[in-house]
Order: sequence, then structure tokens, then C-alpha cells
Amino acid sequence: MPDSTPSSPSPDPADRSPVLLEVEELVVRYPLPGGFFRRSRRFVEPVQGVSFRIRAGQTVGLVGESGSGKTTIGKAVVRLVPPHSGAIRYRQERIDLLSGARLRPYRKRVQMIFQDPHNSLNPRLTIARIVGEPLEIHFPALRAAERRDRAAQLLARVGLPADSLDRYPHEFSGGQRQRIGIARALAVEPELLVCDEPVSALDVSVQAQIVNLLQDLQQDLGLAYLFISHDLAVVEHLSDEVLVLHEGKIVEAAPAEELYRNPKNEYTRKLLASIPSL
Amino acid sequence: MKAIPAKRSGVWHQVVSRPRGALALAILGFLYFCALFAPFLAPYGPGDQDLRRTYHPPTSLTWTRRGLAVRLYENADPSQALYRPIPGRTAVIRWLPIGHPYRLFGLFPCRRHLFGVEPPQKVYLLGSDSIGRDVFSRLLYGAQVSLSIGLIGISISLGVGLVAGGLAGYFGGWFDSVVMRTTELLMAIPGLYLLLALRGAFASQFGSGEVYLLIVIILSFLGWSGAARVVRGLALSLRAQTFVDAAIVTGLSPWRILWRHLLPNLASYLLIAAALSIPGYILGEAALSFLGIGIQEPSASWGLMLAQAQEMKVFMCNFWWLLTPGAAVFVTVAAFNLLGDTLRDVIDPHFRTGDR
Repeated sequence: MPDSTPSSPSPDPADRSPVLLEVEELVVRYPLPGGFFRRSRRFVEPVQGVSFRIRAGQTVGLVGESGSGKTTIGKAVVRLVPPHSGAIRYRQERIDLLSGARLRPYRKRVQMIFQDPHNSLNPRLTIARIVGEPLEIHFPALRAAERRDRAAQLLARVGLPADSLDRYPHEFSGGQRQRIGIARALAVEPELLVCDEPVSALDVSVQAQIVNLLQDLQQDLGLAYLFISHDLAVVEHLSDEVLVLHEGKIVEAAPAEELYRNPKNEYTRKLLASIPSL
Repeated sequence: MKAIPAKRSGVWHQVVSRPRGALALAILGFLYFCALFAPFLAPYGPGDQDLRRTYHPPTSLTWTRRGLAVRLYENADPSQALYRPIPGRTAVIRWLPIGHPYRLFGLFPCRRHLFGVEPPQKVYLLGSDSIGRDVFSRLLYGAQVSLSIGLIGISISLGVGLVAGGLAGYFGGWFDSVVMRTTELLMAIPGLYLLLALRGAFASQFGSGEVYLLIVIILSFLGWSGAARVVRGLALSLRAQTFVDAAIVTGLSPWRILWRHLLPNLASYLLIAAALSIPGYILGEAALSFLGIGIQEPSASWGLMLAQAQEMKVFMCNFWWLLTPGAAVFVTVAAFNLLGDTLRDVIDPHFRTGDR
């Protein structure tokens, strides 16, 4: 594993801000189906010992081709998939050992934006309920009317009109749905957003709008992002630091400018060469 | 942005706007109305006998100067139950007469009936059976049993199927295996034999109400497995949708996810399944009662009334009116199937959660 040291000598002022997330030697392993009683001894390991850290207000880009384990890392960070070994710390606390209700304080701080805006919103719920749901969980003191007001504020924050509240997801375009997903993630007032290919299912023109929205939010709210994408151009635009993932391992980690200007790893060079130039 | 109306009212509107759906709903509405108001609509009680008028043919209606009337009949040949109308003699139909007492909806004591004739005479709209009971009245009372058993049965079996299948699909693991192996066991045994065996396992002497309850329980016990399997499959596929992941990341408890995110997406399937499974319960009750191990005399049910039509005399003398419960079962089952098919046509395009 060459060049896998997560910290880098960068003059970025973000280096002085506290470390939010620290992932250490993360391994995620799935059993392969097989065997009559479903006891399988064969595994796939989409993530094989990955370490990195994210500071408050910082954007860390995670790039790699499909199947490289990017999404799995994101899902492990929000505890959608259980880690097999390694440690995930959030503000020095081991969150990979928590489960159930004890995870809830962590859920309030780390949220996720999903790739597919069509499937990530429950088609049977109104937007008010979709955006209001996190408020119900994490701000139980709010009354229904207050929740609704808050949901309207959140929608306004992501650039959607207030009359969206009583409509259903199918009435919105892909970009608008992604905005709704962002509003839902913002509802809990998180510190870190895991963005799992948030723009790759969208039109190019809409992609730019969503990317700009994410940047605005970062400036205003001081959010940190783990930005997962196969789109190197978008990652370069957004990220302070970039991790290049190949077959479950980080092959290069460097500040964004440096990585794009002077890639050290062979695989990174190939990846960069594959960017279509317009 | 497409202008699709909100789902729930959309389904209702679309079902009503289709001729087949409207027809099915109209028939079912009429049948359930009749069952609900059976004691009021029926001129006689389900057990009122008249041994001088056995196998009486349906009385024909005429119009007289005093209003709508029924012809009167004389018994020409008691051995063959041959009745002849007496020329010129009629009994006027009286509207809202005082008759035998009953409780409407089981609550309100009442003596009024919709129609009737002056007591020594009788009106048999659909003839009488072997002990002179009014088939029309019994058909109405029988509808109460036959139509309600489907609704109650389906509620129980869908409820059990939903919980078992939903949990199995959502959580997986050993619970999933246990539930699925159990359903396979139930489905591997031919239904009718299991039905008879279960009924036989209980003592035969029960009151009417207890037998009714027993039939519902047995039918639900047989019926939940199919629902559980399909619900499990749907829960598995819904489980893989991103909005469930989003709910987990939000911090919702599994129960809340099941209740709020899975159940509403299963609702349309449950509606279709209910409409298409109710006939099975109606037919199951009819089969048990027909074989003499379901609803017992003197209570009325369609299957029990059909059992009477087995008698040789009914065939030899062509007492066709004793087969009307069969027609009622046929119409009800057909209407439910029609409704279920229409519902599926309406809902299926919307059924995929990834909306299109």
C-alpha cells in the first residue's frame, strides 16, 4: 500500500480544526452465499484496511472506479454495513462498537446523501413528512406545527418553494429530489455529510447546481463532507484532500491540487488520464 | 412534473371509472347492503317453518286494483309438492308491516319489515324449502354468514401474514427460515383435506356462533401462508430501497421503519390480495357447511342451504329455487374476483416504488 498515509503536510488552515472522523484499518467483509445451511466460509472484501480522517469543515474526496469499495466505505461510516475489523472513531469515540439507540447521538451528527434520488425518498410520504422525520427523532420537543415550519425553512435553504411541503416525491425532478434529500440530511443539523455519488445520477447542468449548493452549505454551516464519486473533475473542484481507492485499498492520498498536478501512483495517473477533456 | 393525483383517491376513482370495477363494486355494495339489513328485508325469520307449504314454488306477483299482490296457491298433490295458483285469488302485499321481532345490526329492537302479506297467507319470493321455510329470507340471513366470513377471515390471515412475512423479510435470519418453512409445510398439504382434518379435530357439537368462529379460525390458519410469502418478498425488495437506508441513517427504530416506510408501500398489494382471497373464504365456508360440518341448522348459510338441494326430490321435481344460494355464491365470488382484477390493473403500474 504505497502512499497511504492519511495525513499530509499541507498549509491548509483546516488542519488546525479538530478531527471529526477517524477511520483506521477498516475492513468490510461479506460472506458469499453457499452451503446448505447458509454457513459460508468464503468472503468478498470490498474494503481491505482503509484509514483516513476528516477534520471539521473539510471535504475529503473518495474516488475510484466502480467496484472499488467507495460506497461501502460510505455505508460503513454511517453504519449501514457492519465493519468486520478496524475502528471508526467520531470525536474520539468508537462508533463501530455502538448499535441501536446508542447510535442515535452519532446519527444526529453524521448524515448521508444518496446516489439515486428516485429511490431515496419514500414515494408514499409527503415532502413535509420526509423532511420532518429526522426532526421527530432528534428534536422530539418540537410540536407538529414547528416541525412543519422548520421543514419549510430547510426546503427554502436548499432552494425549493414552500408549497413543496404537501407534494409527493414523484412530482419533482431528479435535481429537486436530490435537494429534498439534502434538506432531510440537514434537518438534524449534522457536522459531517457522507455524499455517496450525489450528482452522478443527474444531468450535467443540474450537477453543477447541486455541487454549488453543497459548497454554499459548507460555507454557511461549516459542514465536513466525505464526497464519494467516480467523477474526478467534480472531486477536484470540491475537495481539500483526495483519496484514490483501488480494489478496496487506498493507493494514494494527497491534497487535491497536489494529486491532480503531480500524481505519484501509477493507478492514479491512469485514472486522471481517463478524464475526457472537453 | 406529471399530474398524478394522490394515490389513495386515485385508486378509488380509477376503479369506479372502469365499467368492470363499477359493476363489481355495485354488486358487492348491493349484496352487503342486503346482508346488513337482512332482518328488515326478509319477510320471515330464518327458522320460521310452515309444514303445510313445503317446496312451495315462488309466488308470482300480479297487479290488482288494491295494489301489488301475490297469487294464492292450492296444494294439488302433496306427494309431489305440486302447487297450482287459485284463479282470481290474491293477497295484497303490505309495506312495512309489523312482523316477528328482531334487532337491527344486533342493537336496535324492531318489528317492522319491508313487506309482507296478511299472516295466514305467505309470500315466497324464491319458494320454500323442505320444511316450508322462506328461501328468500334464508338467503338474506345466509348472506350475513357467507359475506362476513370472508371479511373477518381475510383480516385475520392478512394480519398474520403481514406481521410474519414483513418481519421475516425485513430481519431475515432464523426467523425468516422458521416462517418460510412453516408456510411451505402448510402449503404442501392439500387445502380441503387439511380443512376437514382441522374441523374434525374439534368436537362436533358446537353452537352456531362457536362453529362460525371455528370456521373463521381454520380458514385463516390455512390462508395466512400465501400472504406471508408474498409480503416477505415485497419486504425484501423494499428493504433494498434506498429510502429504507435513509430511514436507518436518520435513526428510526426498525418498528418505525416497518410501520411507516414498508407498510404504506405494501398497502396496494394487500388491497389486491384481500379482494382476490375473499372468494376462497366464502367457498371454504360453503364447502364445510355443504358437507354438514360448518354452520348448523337452523341457522342459515349459503352452503348449508345448498346441502338441502342434494335431496333427490329436488332434482326429480325440479325445485330450481333451492339452487339460488349457489347462484348467490357464484355472483359474490365473481364480483370479488372482478374487483380484484380491476384493482390490480389500476394499482400495478404504480406498484413499483421507484415511481414512474
